[in-house]
Amino acid sequence: MNTLRLGCGAGFSSDRLGPAVDLAQRGALDYLVFECIGERTMAFGHRDRMLDPQRGYNPQLRARMRGVLAHCHANGTKIVTNMGVANPRAAALLVVDIARELGLTGLKVACVEGDDVTHLIGPDTAFMDHPGAVKDVGLRMVGANVYLGVDALLPALRAGADVVIAGRIADPSLFLSPLVHHFGWSLDDWSTLGRGTLAGHLMECGMQITGGYFADPGFKDVPRLADCGFPIAEVAADGSCVITKLDDTGGCVTTATVKEQLLYEVHDPRAYLTPDVVADFSGVAVAEAGHDRVRVSGASGRQRPDQLKVTIGFDGGYLGEGGVSYAGPNAKARAELAADVVRERLTRINRLGGDLRVDLVGLNALHQTADLPVGEANDVRLHVALRSQDKDDIDTMLWEVESLLCCGPAGGGGYRGQITPCVVTHSCLIDRGAVSPSFEMFIA
Amino acid sequence: MTQRRIHDIAHARAGDKGNTSNVSVWAYDPKDYPLLKRELTAERVKNAFPKLFTGSVTRYEMEALHGLNFVMLDALEGGVNTSLNLDSHGKSFSYLILGLPIEG
Repeated sequence: MNTLRLGCGAGFSSDRLGPAVDLAQRGALDYLVFECIGERTMAFGHRDRMLDPQRGYNPQLRARMRGVLAHCHANGTKIVTNMGVANPRAAALLVVDIARELGLTGLKVACVEGDDVTHLIGPDTAFMDHPGAVKDVGLRMVGANVYLGVDALLPALRAGADVVIAGRIADPSLFLSPLVHHFGWSLDDWSTLGRGTLAGHLMECGMQITGGYFADPGFKDVPRLADCGFPIAEVAADGSCVITKLDDTGGCVTTATVKEQLLYEVHDPRAYLTPDVVADFSGVAVAEAGHDRVRVSGASGRQRPDQLKVTIGFDGGYLGEGGVSYAGPNAKARAELAADVVRERLTRINRLGGDLRVDLVGLNALHQTADLPVGEANDVRLHVALRSQDKDDIDTMLWEVESLLCCGPAGGGGYRGQITPCVVTHSCLIDRGAVSPSFEMFIA
Repeated sequence: MTQRRIHDIAHARAGDKGNTSNVSVWAYDPKDYPLLKRELTAERVKNAFPKLFTGSVTRYEMEALHGLNFVMLDALEGGVNTSLNLDSHGKSFSYLILGLPIEG
């Protein structure tokens, strides 16, 4: 039967390596796809590249390629990835080096560029989903990338690339590209592109369809979650697919795991926008087709959007987080007093700028603004977060939280503090015609 | 007898894009889908957490798959970049909604 077998080797930048090696080794795959960019990782890539022009690609690229490249070469599996992040060219050259180290001479590695549209963004560029423009943000722009689609990857695949490394490609398009290439789908066959896009959308978050991000003990049990496998899609010529995984891996593929992923980060199920198509998931059917096998059909699509989405990254300064824990009798009241003290010290005495938040973990932290009734707790952690452009403010906050050990309520312990660099992102739209993707082939 | 919650009849997953959160809610048993639809209206979700879901709440129905998709605008305290919530993605919103009592 004419099906294309796609595997997902990563669903986010820090995803596991072992299950990707399993798929490369034993997945009998035509393509192994690594999806490793989020809005924030893109901006961090730009920041890395500013610090070192040779960097800016996925930090795990070397480990991932060392793990899978020889297996993929031996099994005739091609690799498609956005691990180039803000520097696809440096990433491709690194893969060439690794291929040579592994003795894989002749391996064809394509870098796809054209997603970096920083030069097209000016102070007056308006945002797409809220009022305001770039100049209103008041932060330094680090870079801007347009979401490219299938048409950016196809030339590299047609040129026979074994590995295609790109930057900002729409997640489902990473999977749709090999399908269009293999089946020869027309780029205006919207209905088929809609089905292929659904296959890509289901695969793009890795284990989120094989039992990850799903288990709820006693309600939704997942076997051997610690050994969960990455997903495989067997895609037919009409774009319908079966989602499955390797038999001996942990996790599960059920209609429930597929349904949860079907609408993950989807708003209107009738209009899922990508650079390739406006996909329609409203008529999708899912059916068990054997153990850990679910058949997915019934998606369709309409003409692709005229404009493309751009993510603009800005340097967001620093996030500082510090905490102290209280436990035992009256822990809640002591933690609440600590929260009052730290707020007063930071705002009245230190007059700190920036955004401050104080949470009591164990009482009502994540859902603080949901105003849920709060009971007693045996174990409460004060968590203080401050975002600021000024690192001195962050240091002051952490010092104040740590000082609670001797100066705050009774029995506080376990201070920890950390500082994390931040990025801020906004989105805008640009015309398709302003973008001209290209590729370059490197031979190992 | 403890009051039943949506969690007893449905499962859910949350996702985020910018400052917008979406939570899909799926009935385990197709027989419970009409009850789920009746209980979890867009108004109920918005009114249950007015300080959290400050923007509009829209509900989409997936009749054949017995699921509902809620889209909450301006729900993420500015989004993952600016929120100081420990769960800056709003991943836990799925269980916030599943925690609502079944009233009918």
